[in-house]
Amino acid sequence: MSTAKTQLACKPADYKSDIKPIWCPGCGDYHVLMSFTRAFAELGLPPEQIVVVSGIGCSSRIPAYTNCYGFHGVHGRSLAVGAGLKVTRPDLTVVVASGDGDGYSIGGNHFLHACRRNVDMTYVVMDNHIYGMTKGQPSPTTEPEFDTALSPGGTGLRPFHPLVIALASGANFIARCFSGEPNETASVLVEAIRHPGFSFVEILSPCVTFRPDEKNWKNLVHPAPVVATDDPAKAARRIMTDDGFNIGILYRGDRKPYAPETGQALVELSELEKEFEL
Amino acid sequence: MSQFADAPKIASLADLFAVAYQIEADAVERYTVLADQMETHNNPELVAVFRDLARAEAIHRDEILRLAGDIDVIAHAQRMAKWKRGESPEESDLSSAHYLMTPWHALQLALPGEERALAFFTSIVESTTDPEIKRMAAEFMEEETEHVNLVHQLLKKYPSPPESWPQESDPPVSQE
Repeated sequence: MSTAKTQLACKPADYKSDIKPIWCPGCGDYHVLMSFTRAFAELGLPPEQIVVVSGIGCSSRIPAYTNCYGFHGVHGRSLAVGAGLKVTRPDLTVVVASGDGDGYSIGGNHFLHACRRNVDMTYVVMDNHIYGMTKGQPSPTTEPEFDTALSPGGTGLRPFHPLVIALASGANFIARCFSGEPNETASVLVEAIRHPGFSFVEILSPCVTFRPDEKNWKNLVHPAPVVATDDPAKAARRIMTDDGFNIGILYRGDRKPYAPETGQALVELSELEKEFEL
Repeated sequence: MSQFADAPKIASLADLFAVAYQIEADAVERYTVLADQMETHNNPELVAVFRDLARAEAIHRDEILRLAGDIDVIAHAQRMAKWKRGESPEESDLSSAHYLMTPWHALQLALPGEERALAFFTSIVESTTDPEIKRMAAEFMEEETEHVNLVHQLLKKYPSPPESWPQESDPPVSQE
């Protein structure tokens, strides 16, 4: 009965692949995967209309765990791949996934210019303030006092502030989520994907293995006390002064997304081939 | 009812079926994820426990579909059975999982979900004025009471493990 009634609607499970994640039990990325599939179901997009692109790291394994098209690319280069794909195939929904090391360090420069270009895609960074896959080195968002054998006495470095950087660089939608709230995160992802231009969603996703202290994040997160603004100055003040655990949509801009004027190639492939003929 | 202020509003029997279905479906999803995790991390005892829990919840989920008759519960749940913040009552806390966890831990993880589900249906019984909704919510309440009692019984079978349970000779945190 129910199967016949609901055969047209995609359920979250329809976006999951048969590959079982190998993240550590307790990892926040399991929740992020749930949020992805719930958001895709809510959007009602067929899996073949979605592409999940990633770089390298624990979080970047996510394309394999979805039933959508996926591209598990080079370290830090997921945004370049995603932008190229979206410009070439604007009919597809492009979601780029990354972690704080992949996205803010190795791919830091791509991050700035992806915000600036404002291509219509969604960039999700699962931030756990650590390089988890390579056994716990400090990342750009690690706190200065993080004291381990690899950073004796702490890094002493000011952490990277991705939301402020995104805003200053021109991202058109900025939100912060917590992985432990998959329904809320899914709702934000839906809005991020629907919003034209470059949407940046930072998801605080605890690494329970190398940062067991992050299990306490669930007690620290709280909904943003104010609604999203379209005023970058207001958004900057809010983001600069919040405690880092403010959850929700923080900025919605109205910049026109970058898109080529025409889908026509400027040069025919055969002409290029002739030019490079040996 | 304030404990469930973020819960979807139950205005009809179809709403109740949809929400009850979603609660069980979410529980199935969580237990399946946990079973898969334990399979990946070679903890076969826990694989069996979580698969059993997922199976039990799936039976209840399917029973709700049967009780709902002609109501398209799945589609209705997709539309309205959404918790604004947080999660549906019976979702177990994935962040509590550990690859060396024992059946005792699994039951400790399941118990709060069952208790929340019981409290949720109890709150509906106490607050609704619709006799049909009250009758069906009372049935769900009774079922959740059985689940809570079952978990308590199983906890007697699986005593708490020694404090050394998470220790192993090859720990993953090798940098400290």
